[in-house]
Amino acid sequence: MAPDTKHLEVTLDTHVESVNLAEEMCLRVAEAVGFNEDECYRIGMSVREGVINAFHYGNQEKPEKKIHLAIELTQDKMVIHVMDEGKGFQLTDVPDPLAEENLLSTSGRGIFLMRAFMDEFNVVPGRTGGAEIIMSKRFPLPGPASTNGNNRNSGSDAAPHQEA
Amino acid sequence: MPALFLTSRDDGPITLVDLSGRIALGEGSALLRKTIRDLLEGGRLKIVLNLGDVNYIDSSGIGELVSGFTAVRNRGGELKLLNLTRKVHDLLQITKLFTVFDVYSDEHTAVHSFK
Repeated sequence: MAPDTKHLEVTLDTHVESVNLAEEMCLRVAEAVGFNEDECYRIGMSVREGVINAFHYGNQEKPEKKIHLAIELTQDKMVIHVMDEGKGFQLTDVPDPLAEENLLSTSGRGIFLMRAFMDEFNVVPGRTGGAEIIMSKRFPLPGPASTNGNNRNSGSDAAPHQEA
Repeated sequence: MPALFLTSRDDGPITLVDLSGRIALGEGSALLRKTIRDLLEGGRLKIVLNLGDVNYIDSSGIGELVSGFTAVRNRGGELKLLNLTRKVHDLLQITKLFTVFDVYSDEHTAVHSFK
């Protein structure tokens, strides 16, 4: 990790309330570093889908398993990691929700939404034994009309602490 | 984050369901499922979901809309959508569901679209 990377990590219970908690946490960070409303929506939705994936498919809703959420703020982007304690999966095994035969499926759109809403998206074997979703969103370019006071460089109290 | 609020009103054989809030896992999905199931059990087969005040739907909520659409169709009825917010419109568009649902932007047209 680069020395100027800020890092925040929490362990969540495998519980439906963790989905909202993770979304709210990431939204606060995203707002604090200057993402606009639309980008915050996309980041929040992606985190939500990542944690739903960990809760439902990864940990199979087993309460003894945990969901690990990490946020990194590098110089140019916000990186989000969602790790479960399941068996892992390959992206190539995930059905395409846009395929004609899957359009009326009642599930299976989470990965698609994360891919659509984030700049980078990948799934790798996680250190916790399951899958690790890694997704990122580049910071908005600083504009002259930024007047909302929540620019990434304005020193918000809500920014995560520097990792030791 | 507000939960989902929902009220129903009848216009002849058509039931309009006004929704506001979020249709998401652990919030509105279960309520929407129960509402559609109750309507079907009550013989209401022509349903319009007014999503004008729904500004957030996640994949679970999308799944619930699709589930409701299929359940109503399987009973020989029709489920249509009314007044999509921009975010919901965009979500249905990127998931290609905009081509599946019958979507309207005014209530009069939606109500009179039933056979």
